[in-house]
Amino acid sequence: MDEIRELYQEVILDHNKHPHNFRSMENADAVLEGFNPLCGDHYTFYLRFEDDAIAEVSFEGSGCAISKASASIMSAVLQGKSREEADVLFELFTGIVTGKLDPVEHLEKLGKLAAFAGVAEFPVRVKCATLPWHTMHGALHGSDSQISTE
Amino acid sequence: MTPTILNDATAPAVQKEHASGSFDAVKVREDFPILTQRVHGKPLVYLDSAASTQKPRAVLDTMQRFYAEQYSNVHRGVHQLSQVATDLYEDARRTVQRFINAEREEEIIFVRGTTEAINLVAQTFGRRELGTGDEVVVSAMEHHANIVPWQMICQERGAVLRVIPMNDHGELDLDAYADLLGPRTKIVAVTHVSNALGSINPVREMIRIAHERDIPVLVDGAQSAQHLPIDVRQLDCDFFTLSGHKMYGPTGIGVLYGKKALLDRMPPYQGGGDMILSVTFEKTTYNEVPFKFEAGTPDIAGAIGFAAALTYLRSFDIHEILAHEKDVLQYATETLSGIDALRIVGTAEEKASVLSFTLCAIHPHDIGTILDQHGIAIRAGHHCAQPVMQRFGIPATARASFAMYNTREDVDRLAEGIEQVLEVFT
Repeated sequence: MDEIRELYQEVILDHNKHPHNFRSMENADAVLEGFNPLCGDHYTFYLRFEDDAIAEVSFEGSGCAISKASASIMSAVLQGKSREEADVLFELFTGIVTGKLDPVEHLEKLGKLAAFAGVAEFPVRVKCATLPWHTMHGALHGSDSQISTE
Repeated sequence: MTPTILNDATAPAVQKEHASGSFDAVKVREDFPILTQRVHGKPLVYLDSAASTQKPRAVLDTMQRFYAEQYSNVHRGVHQLSQVATDLYEDARRTVQRFINAEREEEIIFVRGTTEAINLVAQTFGRRELGTGDEVVVSAMEHHANIVPWQMICQERGAVLRVIPMNDHGELDLDAYADLLGPRTKIVAVTHVSNALGSINPVREMIRIAHERDIPVLVDGAQSAQHLPIDVRQLDCDFFTLSGHKMYGPTGIGVLYGKKALLDRMPPYQGGGDMILSVTFEKTTYNEVPFKFEAGTPDIAGAIGFAAALTYLRSFDIHEILAHEKDVLQYATETLSGIDALRIVGTAEEKASVLSFTLCAIHPHDIGTILDQHGIAIRAGHHCAQPVMQRFGIPATARASFAMYNTREDVDRLAEGIEQVLEVFT
């Protein structure tokens, strides 16, 4: 049960229950779908830029607690970040949940994202956590098609 | 020498006879080595048999022995091992024939599984029979394997896919079905048991209705033949499909049953060795059924392992297996119905060994992960039946499915696990 508590931390359960920025966006500069055909997680992400920074991120759709909390926390964390900063966070986050980076060494940069460190112990759930980030990464780098985890 | 080897090969399964009225799931579990495993430190509760069943020792031993002592390629070989392997392979065909009570052994075609069996019929029968405006009728509860092959051939031939609707319990609307059948209907393809809902469809009645209009019927038996007695002659189905790995046999082997008159009329599926009588660069003469549809070296060990699984199944009274599985399903239905937040998806009057559910707003994937930590293996997702999920307005379900080796204790463990899921999420 300890590992389950590691995975489903309070902050993740809270964001799953009450996701932040859970809405569509009319004046979005980028709209991208993220889809995990394996489990059916399916989100649409909206990004709005001001100058070269991310002014606003929102999303809608459905999926498991891990993917929804990840999308919610990502949408909050990215607000006000430059594209370069978003790329750095993308690398950091994917490194943590795949177990390639040690979260303890990056706690300051991670902030709330540290809640996802437990995902590394659940290989089949890594894609749930990374789906929002991969979709966002695609949006920032000009992909205009649906991002799939498969 | 040869007969000795042959007898030895079938000995482990045949010796094990079970007296009537003696079905004991706890004893059955001893035949399945994997069931003694621990997962995350907890005894395994395997509730994913609709995806694939575990294998009894009789199957493992038979396949091990075949590769270790009897292996060679089949057909054409003049040496002894080839003769042994050929005899075992063709014996396997007759074992399947007896299991589903087919009239002739040539009506049993070995394929990779139900998916390939349906593709075979779609690509041969379908390509020959379907023209522009013709119709194929499937049901609203089909697995993707009984949708996509028909969609592909319909698209190619300009034909139309029609769908039998179902009610909120997951039961097909037979009046609507009868209305769907018309002069343009070339085939009906329907699942016997729904993998996502567990509904047992009244296929015998559906076949009767179709035959009144001279329409052939394919029955997808992927989820039925391990639970229900199958008699293709009594059903009078034109095609029936089996997947070995869902019937306690190995992966990679399955069967297409077809009435010989239909099979004879159908063109070959794949070209290659074994499916020919003679080949020149100008003209090839095709072999007779079943070989016409078995191009290339078949899954010999798979077929022999599959036959061992059927022999194992037949060593029990199928009605006793059915009664046991019904008891477990009913107990599970009652137990899980007692959990307030839980909603069972698929409440047909006639059901077999599948219990799909949702748990308030908790995503099935999360349910699956937490249950796994308790050693409980279930499936979470759309179960390759996305139209079924759409019909019920849900993205996915959690599915517990049962087999002959499951017990009421497994259900109790599942219920405890679900309580743990609720505890994490509330």
